[in-house]
Amino acid sequence: MVTPDDGPDAAARPDPERSDPVPPALARTVLDSGEISRALTRITHEILERNHGSAEVVLLGIPKRGVPLARRIARRMGEVEGRAISAGALDVTMYRDDLRLKPARALEHTEMPDDVDDKIVVLVDDVLMSGRTIRAALDALGDLGRPRAVQLAVLIDRGHRELPIRADFVGKNLPTALTEKVRVRLAEVDEVEDSVGIVGSAPNGGAA
Amino acid sequence: MKKHLLSAGDLTREDAIRVLDTAAELLGVAQRPIKKLPTLRGRTVVNLFFEDSTRTRISFEAAAKRLSADVINFSAKGSSVSKGESLKDTALTLQAMGADAVVIRHHFSGAPHRLAAAGWTNGAVVNAGDGTHEHPTQALLDAFTMRSHLMPGGGVGADLEGKNVTIVGDVLHSRVARSNALLLHTLGANVTLVAPPTLLPVGVDTWPVETSYDLDESLEKADAIMMLRVQRERMNASYFPTEREYSRRYGLDTTRMNRLPDHAIVLHPGPMNRGMEITADVADSGRSVIVEQVTNGVAVRMAVLYLLVGGATNEEEGS
Repeated sequence: MVTPDDGPDAAARPDPERSDPVPPALARTVLDSGEISRALTRITHEILERNHGSAEVVLLGIPKRGVPLARRIARRMGEVEGRAISAGALDVTMYRDDLRLKPARALEHTEMPDDVDDKIVVLVDDVLMSGRTIRAALDALGDLGRPRAVQLAVLIDRGHRELPIRADFVGKNLPTALTEKVRVRLAEVDEVEDSVGIVGSAPNGGAA
Repeated sequence: MKKHLLSAGDLTREDAIRVLDTAAELLGVAQRPIKKLPTLRGRTVVNLFFEDSTRTRISFEAAAKRLSADVINFSAKGSSVSKGESLKDTALTLQAMGADAVVIRHHFSGAPHRLAAAGWTNGAVVNAGDGTHEHPTQALLDAFTMRSHLMPGGGVGADLEGKNVTIVGDVLHSRVARSNALLLHTLGANVTLVAPPTLLPVGVDTWPVETSYDLDESLEKADAIMMLRVQRERMNASYFPTEREYSRRYGLDTTRMNRLPDHAIVLHPGPMNRGMEITADVADSGRSVIVEQVTNGVAVRMAVLYLLVGGATNEEEGS
């Protein structure tokens, strides 16, 4: 059952690939805010180049941290294209394959900026690991319409895939050990300066 | 949140807001091309209805089906209950079929509590109305409807702090009034019950509400007014002299509705006795949110079923 002592963050994102609240002293920073900003700018241009502009593109962030990332990409895309572009949010909680392993968790907000039928949907998330969140997102998307194509943009790809899923646009490939955690901090969600850090034991003999 | 939903009083403020916020998200499912979520695939929800019901039963059925649960509908009429089968034996039969959730409506107060406490079923028990006791999902959908109209921005994450809700009519026989009084108090609203003295239950002074015998004096401050059905089928004595007199003193007509504040909404749990507790003009007016209550009911019941059986249930956690 729902345990009230889970914080909203813990209830919404308990997966191992997600960032955990760990004191900043234990984290090794791999991307600072300038690097995150440049990575997002590059991803924006890659999306526009691949899709020959923004006309058909619908950006959907996966809560929590995918949503502010999608909004930032939308803003950059708007600056390049010279028109206002909005990003949506796609909550995948109800489609997860691990619902029965934990108490029912709170839902995040789903918000569609546009009809997705015959559009190119670009899913945006912070960290790609097992690929299970993206599988859930693909199922959720299938119930909302029939996009012409679905692409995936992530800030960090840390490996350890458990499903045949890959990202189209990657901010940084970050080989990690399973014992480590990738911690993404974004100003909009965490109210601290943007950063990506690795928390946990050093990757000797791990994927690095 | 507890394993079962038996009383609106079991919900803490956080639990109640969580149900309402979940419902707010699930309301969007009804607008989508595919009105279905895979969340309860492989779960079985039994609707155990010992008493007649239209909207509650189909609302629970729609909610369970939209979450992809398997639904078994059981109504006492045409079943072994009419041959004298007890609640216990019926429950054991359902347990043998592997019910994950049992939605029960019963003409006796306390039947859902008995079902949950006796260990006859491992499933989560949801009270869908027991006698004159409680109807917690109705209170949740009423609170949801009020919150979406009265709180700024649709009210997600909010409670009903400081809102004045007037509940009028047959409080004595109303499980809706009892559940609403408990839940609305939990959410911080001020509840006023208005009824003739004969239709207020003994011990109402211990409820977290104010009471009044005069409808007209509580109109000007009401943010929401809920008219209750006069439950003639439960009335075994003369509680008021005539229907006309009741209607004149406690019925909501256009004149009274016009004295409500501009933002106030009119609710009714249904089924309505048009012309008795509410006139047709009022029921069909722009102030009335009665049809919206039905729509919201499905979303609220989806939220309840999801929060009770959508995650790990107790047996799975133990293994």
